[in-house]
Amino acid sequence: MPLDLDLATFRAVVATIVPESAALDEQGWRDLDQVVEALLRDRPESLKRQLRLFLRAVAWLPVIRYGRTFSRLHPDARARVLAHLENDRILKVRVGFWGLRTIVLAGYYGRAAAAREIGYAADARGWEARP
Amino acid sequence: MRRLRYDIVIVGSGAGGGTVAEQLSPLCRQGVRIAVLEKGPRLRDDEFTGRELEMAAALYEDCGGFLTSDGAMTLAFGCAYGGSTVVYTGTSMLPPERVIRRWNVPGLTHADLECRARKYMAENNVHFLPDEAINENNKLFAAGCRALGYDVQQFPVNVKGCRGSSLCNLGCPNQAKQGTDRVQLPRAEQNGVEVVTRCEVLSIADKTLTARVSPKPAGGKGDPSPWEPGEYQIDVSIIVLCAGALHTPALLRHLPLPRVGRGFTCHPAMIMVAEHDRPITNFVGHPKSYYLDQFAESDRFVLETCMYFPFITAKSLAGFGAAHSTFMRAFPRLQMILVLACDKADGHNRVTFDHAGRPVVDYRFQPDAIHGLVRGAITSAKIFFAAGAARVHMPVGRSATIEARDVERLKEIAAAAEFKPGKTPVSAAHLQGGCAMGAGPSDSVTDCWGRVHGHPRLFVADASLFPDSLEINPYVTIMALADRVAQRIREEAPALL
Repeated sequence: MPLDLDLATFRAVVATIVPESAALDEQGWRDLDQVVEALLRDRPESLKRQLRLFLRAVAWLPVIRYGRTFSRLHPDARARVLAHLENDRILKVRVGFWGLRTIVLAGYYGRAAAAREIGYAADARGWEARP
Repeated sequence: MRRLRYDIVIVGSGAGGGTVAEQLSPLCRQGVRIAVLEKGPRLRDDEFTGRELEMAAALYEDCGGFLTSDGAMTLAFGCAYGGSTVVYTGTSMLPPERVIRRWNVPGLTHADLECRARKYMAENNVHFLPDEAINENNKLFAAGCRALGYDVQQFPVNVKGCRGSSLCNLGCPNQAKQGTDRVQLPRAEQNGVEVVTRCEVLSIADKTLTARVSPKPAGGKGDPSPWEPGEYQIDVSIIVLCAGALHTPALLRHLPLPRVGRGFTCHPAMIMVAEHDRPITNFVGHPKSYYLDQFAESDRFVLETCMYFPFITAKSLAGFGAAHSTFMRAFPRLQMILVLACDKADGHNRVTFDHAGRPVVDYRFQPDAIHGLVRGAITSAKIFFAAGAARVHMPVGRSATIEARDVERLKEIAAAAEFKPGKTPVSAAHLQGGCAMGAGPSDSVTDCWGRVHGHPRLFVADASLFPDSLEINPYVTIMALADRVAQRIREEAPALL
């Protein structure tokens, strides 16, 4: 798991941000984790710490309103929690969500398999590679 | 710490550093020792794979995600042999007369800059692509503009043998783009200039600088540095800073110049995305063929065609979940427009420095920039629909998707537009200012020849010289300014060396 992030919460966040991730098999998740790990490897320790803290907040904040941690919520409730963070009146909270969302999107769409799935097929040969 | 001696050291190898290196390189024949110190790596031709995250990690500082201090905007700039000229699209624009007049730098004229800019446009093979090389993503933009009566223009680009990979922003895999890595730096090296990659300059002082050479990381791209890893002290007669609008001010932080870091600006940008009902050619062909700048003065935005890669596209779409995925899964049907806000240099926005001397960008979105982004988004939506798009993603809308049937409601949507820093996806390129040219130390850092006030042997030759936003893609203007700096150094070399 990248950065010792809480696995259940992280995967629940990924599934909420990119619903198609529900179809990922174990290899797909491994690929996603590897992309995230590579992306974060050389980032400052302070940024990694903030990310871990933010993910922990995502895990436990719903307990106040829903009585359950994030990963145990219904998908609709998960989406409401994340939308709330995305629109929070405090800039730091919005930025925290933005950072988490960016990492999730990099992990999912940074995989070669995702490019194939969405039909993206840029080729160094350019026009010559067109069928 | 090892100790070396050079006559001239150029810090950075992008549009500014590459140009200065080439222009000063004839001095090597007279025995003048010149080195270019570049923080990034030098990649071999076969290492340009076009794979998004892999290339971003190899060619951009912080993978293209350098954050402003509040985290609300990412800044993208190159860090490699050739600097940002490796990762731009090669769009080559003359400096606008209205902007240079407004800069009002004593001794700097538009005519002089234009003359020098034209020299580099010829040298770097700038021309218009033929119609058959332009893809539908670009043609639809032109068609939409024309249908609305807008004055759309074609970008001149600096490519040679472009195959249309669409991967310019990840470094051309076919070496077609004529950046300083392909034109100026190789010529400089042929003439005897040494280019030292993976070499970060840590500090400068009068006639000396310290630098650190990093080893090639395991599994990383690029050649090892020609110098052994470790710290170096370099004695030098002339220093030319071309490290860009963040790192050049950072290297001048110790000097008693109150304007260092002030006047930073950039082009805050939003990527607008629309979906057509049929596949279009988008990820093949040069990505940036047209622009629309008729609203630069009135509404403070410029529109450009663009085509990005899966992760950048995903990051640039607002929101998440099913609506977000719907756009991503329509990739072969997507059309894209880049909205650039013409952001004036403002007292609040500046480059400061952390305890280690690294640059920190304090940036607040000014009302004009927000207005420009919102107006640009609405105008983009009009162009998309005029070009036949079925739906448009609206990152500043209350609802993220606008259907074609809602085109009549665009005015209403514009009135209710919501721009929220930290939520609205904005990233910036074209970082400018921080070491502005001007009359004296109270209003600027350098004179009109890039010489740092009070320091006859210290010069700046990059986009940090801009006193305010250039409002267009900047590299040709940077080269023109660097050409002036090199001229002044050549003229004064006998006295300074």
